[in-house]
Amino acid sequence: MSDVRELRDLYQEVILEHSKKPKNFRAIETANHKAEGFNPLCGDHFTIYVDVKDGAINDIGFQGSGCAISKASASMMTQMLKGKTETEAEGIFTRFHDLVTGHAGDGQDLGKLAVFAGVSEFPLRVKCATLAWHALRAALNGDQEAVSTE
Amino acid sequence: MSTVAKFPERIERASAYDVQKVRKDFPILHQTVHGKPLVYLDNAATTQKPLMVIEAIENYYRRDNSNIHRGVHTLSERATEAYENVRVAAQKFLNAADHKEIIFVRGTTEAINLVAQTYGRKNVGSGDEVLITAMEHHSNIVPWQLLCEEKGAKLRVAPINERGELQLDEFEKLLVPKTKIVAIGHLSNALGTINPIREIVGMAHARNIPVLVDGAQAVARMQVDVQALDCDFYALSSHKLYGPTGVGILYGKRKLLEAMPPYQGGGDMIASVTFEKTVYNRLPYKFEAGTPNIADTIGLGAAFEYLNKLGLEQIEQHEADLLDYATKSVEAIPGVKLVGTAKEKAGVLSFVMEDIHPHDIGTILDTEGIAVRTGHHCAQPVMQRFGIPATARASFGLYNTREEVDLLVKGIRKVQEVLG
Repeated sequence: MSDVRELRDLYQEVILEHSKKPKNFRAIETANHKAEGFNPLCGDHFTIYVDVKDGAINDIGFQGSGCAISKASASMMTQMLKGKTETEAEGIFTRFHDLVTGHAGDGQDLGKLAVFAGVSEFPLRVKCATLAWHALRAALNGDQEAVSTE
Repeated sequence: MSTVAKFPERIERASAYDVQKVRKDFPILHQTVHGKPLVYLDNAATTQKPLMVIEAIENYYRRDNSNIHRGVHTLSERATEAYENVRVAAQKFLNAADHKEIIFVRGTTEAINLVAQTYGRKNVGSGDEVLITAMEHHSNIVPWQLLCEEKGAKLRVAPINERGELQLDEFEKLLVPKTKIVAIGHLSNALGTINPIREIVGMAHARNIPVLVDGAQAVARMQVDVQALDCDFYALSSHKLYGPTGVGILYGKRKLLEAMPPYQGGGDMIASVTFEKTVYNRLPYKFEAGTPNIADTIGLGAAFEYLNKLGLEQIEQHEADLLDYATKSVEAIPGVKLVGTAKEKAGVLSFVMEDIHPHDIGTILDTEGIAVRTGHHCAQPVMQRFGIPATARASFGLYNTREEVDLLVKGIRKVQEVLG
């Protein structure tokens, strides 16, 4: 087992770039859906803002702090989902979840999100990779409570 | 002759703390993680167990297992004696005045809850105050919050400074007539700060306020003398002093314990029971309802024996040397900042890295075989105080070496390489 290779798989260049310069890292004034995601174990905390129009994600942004994996995942999620319908977003989350838990192939159907395939080698980091997604789901479902990974 | 020249050196080495010899007592240390030798630096979370402890538990189940304080048969007598011997060992370890002042509980958390729910419920009323500090572990915050909520009392928090030291003058100002109890950590698990307990107790006692000390992190790192500290309660966990999980101790001054109502009801804590009236057992059994964790208490006894054999003074010195070496080594790495730089410190090195989240530090160090804790260390208010979400924390034990500190430094540089 090459741990260096595994580490490089986890911390891909794209992931590091997104964690350092996240996209859509802002609150959205017009958001009609909003939810918080919180990982009490490590203190990662994000707020997801979504503006849904006619069943589709018109605009999406996030704020907060977290590790490289959670932040990059949030950033790439917002890029991926802008313009998608709520149903499509749910489908992408399911496949993304399968990818990071090692229940899917190489994630080619997920486009850029395939870089998160390396997470499956680090089971403790699955929560990091999915935190923003759980918050998004809560936002779209209109849950008032902050979602927690615990 | 060269052999003569070597002789005095050998003598000196034999009297010094031999960490390599100590390491042989801990089977778990001799393994590889991700192909690298394990470097266990998470001792503030839990410590590893020496063979003596593991064998004591095994031998108890192999030879003596029986319920205590009831049977007249030989096994029960043996189990009872072994269990009660640990109480005496604990009394000596803490230098308590009386072995009846030693109450066995599940751990520090339960010890604090016991005091909050018995002494606290009896003595804290509406409008009263409970005083803690800004560096407490959640287990020394939440039990008091629950009590204050129930009673309509107020939880007051004494502030800490930039180095992570208690601001004693501010603390003293918060000791008011309404203060009914002070609860304070001996050694901060997140920052490593050692609090001046004797001084604090003096301030509180001058106003007739009792003091509970959370000693979870301190007991395995320094000699604790509850009579010298003059604290009213002292709480500790076995698993942080090289004993098994699931058992801990509440020390309390006899006078206070006797005046307190029982914590839980059940067997062993009673003298006689009728449906009209139950007479509670005497100390310490009044607070030990039900069959206790006999095996692990006996394991704790072996841990006391082990620590006495090595000598707390020797351990303290060894760890002080390690912390000093680690502080200098880690501090020297550009982009790394220590959190918690108190003058009086022990065992714990918390740090953050520029632009790198502690969780990522933890993952990369793990691939190097290095176990550290990352997160808020169950002390979220401490993190808030320093304006950070989390830290990475290396915490040392009696078996850690300077070579392991060097590996930590190498690991931190690798973190920078991978994420830089």
